[in-house]
Amino acid sequence: MTEPSGAHAGPRPLLSLRNINMTFGGVKALKNVSFDVLPGEVHCLAGENGSGKSTLIKIITGVYRPEPGAVIDYDGQTYAQMSPVTAQNGGIQVIWQDLALFPEMTVAENIAFQTLLGRWPRFVNYGHMREIAIRALKKLGVTLDVDLPLKDFPIAQRQIVAIARALVGEAKIVFMDEPTASLTQSETDHLLEIVRTLSTSGVAVVFVSHRLAEVLEISSRLTVLRDGALVGVYPTEGLTQSRITELMTGRTFDQHVRAKTRDANPVVLEVKNLTRPGQFEDVSFTVRKGETLGITGLLGAGRTEIALSLFGMSKPQSGEIFLDGKPVRFSSNREAIEAGVAYLSEDRLSLGLIQPQSIADNLVIASLDGIRSGGLLSDERKQRLVAQWIADLGVKIGKQTDAISTLSGGNQQRIAIAKWLATDPKLLILDAPTVGVDVGARAGIFEIVAKLAESGLAIILISDEVPEVYFNADRVLHMAGGRISGAFDPRQCTLKDIEAAVYA
Amino acid sequence: MRSFLNRVSHWVGPDIAGPGAAFIAVMIVFSIGSPQFLTGATFGSVAFQLPELGLLTLAMLLPILTGGLNLAITFTANIAGLTVAWYLQKNGGVDAGPGAFLIGSLLAIGVGALSGLLMGLVIAYTKAHPILVSLSMMIFLRGLGEFLTRGGDVSGFPAFLQPIGHGSILGVPIPLLILIACVLLWHVLLTRTKLGFGTYMIGSNIEAARYSGINTRKVLVLVYMLSGAMCAIAGIIMLARFNSVRVGHGESYLLITVLACFLGGVNPFGGFGRVIPVFLALVVLQLLSSGLNLMGANQHLATAVWGILLIAVMLLRWASSHFKIFKRKKG
Repeated sequence: MTEPSGAHAGPRPLLSLRNINMTFGGVKALKNVSFDVLPGEVHCLAGENGSGKSTLIKIITGVYRPEPGAVIDYDGQTYAQMSPVTAQNGGIQVIWQDLALFPEMTVAENIAFQTLLGRWPRFVNYGHMREIAIRALKKLGVTLDVDLPLKDFPIAQRQIVAIARALVGEAKIVFMDEPTASLTQSETDHLLEIVRTLSTSGVAVVFVSHRLAEVLEISSRLTVLRDGALVGVYPTEGLTQSRITELMTGRTFDQHVRAKTRDANPVVLEVKNLTRPGQFEDVSFTVRKGETLGITGLLGAGRTEIALSLFGMSKPQSGEIFLDGKPVRFSSNREAIEAGVAYLSEDRLSLGLIQPQSIADNLVIASLDGIRSGGLLSDERKQRLVAQWIADLGVKIGKQTDAISTLSGGNQQRIAIAKWLATDPKLLILDAPTVGVDVGARAGIFEIVAKLAESGLAIILISDEVPEVYFNADRVLHMAGGRISGAFDPRQCTLKDIEAAVYA
Repeated sequence: MRSFLNRVSHWVGPDIAGPGAAFIAVMIVFSIGSPQFLTGATFGSVAFQLPELGLLTLAMLLPILTGGLNLAITFTANIAGLTVAWYLQKNGGVDAGPGAFLIGSLLAIGVGALSGLLMGLVIAYTKAHPILVSLSMMIFLRGLGEFLTRGGDVSGFPAFLQPIGHGSILGVPIPLLILIACVLLWHVLLTRTKLGFGTYMIGSNIEAARYSGINTRKVLVLVYMLSGAMCAIAGIIMLARFNSVRVGHGESYLLITVLACFLGGVNPFGGFGRVIPVFLALVVLQLLSSGLNLMGANQHLATAVWGILLIAVMLLRWASSHFKIFKRKKG
């Protein structure tokens, strides 16, 4: 492709990679990729799921070794491969999406333990720890009680703790993997402010994000990967969102409101005055056959809690649920599944899929009765069923027996959807179906959702990304503080109207 | 031909490589070391000694696959043996009929399953750690057994029990036949039933399994019940082989069963592991001990060699995974 801009005149890159190749199980994850980061710049690494971003970061941090021929120049030294220790000592820090913190330990311990690890004297000095932590937080312009355990803090502040930890180790370059995925707008703004502070103090920040608005706002340069190959390196000035999407996917998207009137269809789900104190109050709504009901609102607004009650995993204190006009009261999610309710969890990593187990087993787990023959489970039927769903939903996999964790987020989510479709549901609840899924793959998932609705499935689409529900749902409910605080028809309002209500 | 080979290799699986290699190594070393090793006598003694350890290992396997452990296996076997002994004595002792033995055995299996049921309920509902729960059960059963027997042996069983411990059908020892039947039963259970499927899923991530509609409590309770029932079968075989029951008999097998599972490629954290490689691992352990015996080594030395073998297997596994990375780099 294009010769990367590291060859331009200008400051010497802090980090420069050439000829990076990587193969996993016969699949080329990276093809001859080059990548440069300048000192103190904010750089964005963009690409769909499976494009090779994470693999590249793991090569830079020494988790993976690239194939021979690779050249890694960092801070004046040349390496054929990094090791985690060289990377860390050299000031390369990564904040992974899952943060990799210790929830039971205090903020101070979380921030300071890495630098103190292996130092003499080998005693824990809590006073010293606190000092280090407070100093690191101060650099970010944040004050937190460093003596409280981390689990007492919301995710946004945990993220800040992770950044503070990275800074203690004299970072020269910090990689942030999808750092805004679980933050609200104001929390995101705060994080971006911190990123700017870091950049001015000379730390390079490489930002891996799928929220394109942030990409434009914060970074000066953009490296785009697609299918493991470098598409190019671009200055962000003058780039539009649709142009970036195009670069990432190689296709053009036009987003339009999909909403239609479904009032003639029979009601599948009716919820009346549903209440579970502390989680949601007096919630009523209906979903019709073929209808997609969007529910949006900030984290903690009670969206997931309602979904869990509809799925039989928590009991509402009062109110009624009608499925196909009949009152239902589930005492477990097995009863809900039996009755035709399916729930795609917002937490794909720890609740939605069983990551170490195979693709095939994850797909059939909720519909084992469908692969029985003569009372016993049939391997042959399983393989056939899995092959059929994989073809239907266009999932890219190696072998059916590979662990599901080897798939990209988008493909994992397709398997998760297939798992529920295999139970033949009437109502499909999709809770944050695009978390950790990239733009192109998101569009693919919403195409599947639209097809499912067309085929008569009732769908509840829960998302804190307002554009998702605006463009993909027939009606949108806004939840705040456990109550429904507004209803919108995407055909009669703008995206801004809903966003104003949500972020008010 | 190729599809047949594929099917065989699918059935055998990659996890059999470790115990398979150990098996071949043991065979070679002992055939060189001792001329009597490759004779019927060796395999005869292996065939008679294997079943007790084997049945107890099967009992250990299911809880390990769910990410747990059953430390009560040996004492559950003892208590089940006592149950049979009690019922036989109640029905004439040495003169008791086969019917009494049959009913006694069923009662024993019921007692074993009951001990598993209790553990399973506690583990499933209170989420207490299986090690603590089964340790408590182990101590309870030991105390109960010692109280009932006052620490002594119970013996005096009808003569027709002899063949169950020492007899053969077509040259195959009856205890071995029982073990093979149980191995096949466990194989089918784990690969072809919903319970087996749930066992693996729970072992990897119990919450995700629950969100997917698996009745995790039911699976856990059944797993411990089946484990207890399998212990009872081991207890009945032990009774027949020694013509007596003593609480504490087979106690040293407890940790060996755990190690046999790991030697057979079972993931110590649950979720992965198959019956056939575990069975092969058992054969290797038993051959090793019989072979050393034949060469005149002390029985205790055999136990020590088991430990070394297991460490060697861990090292080999580590080495082979490194070798793979090496190969990928080259390719």
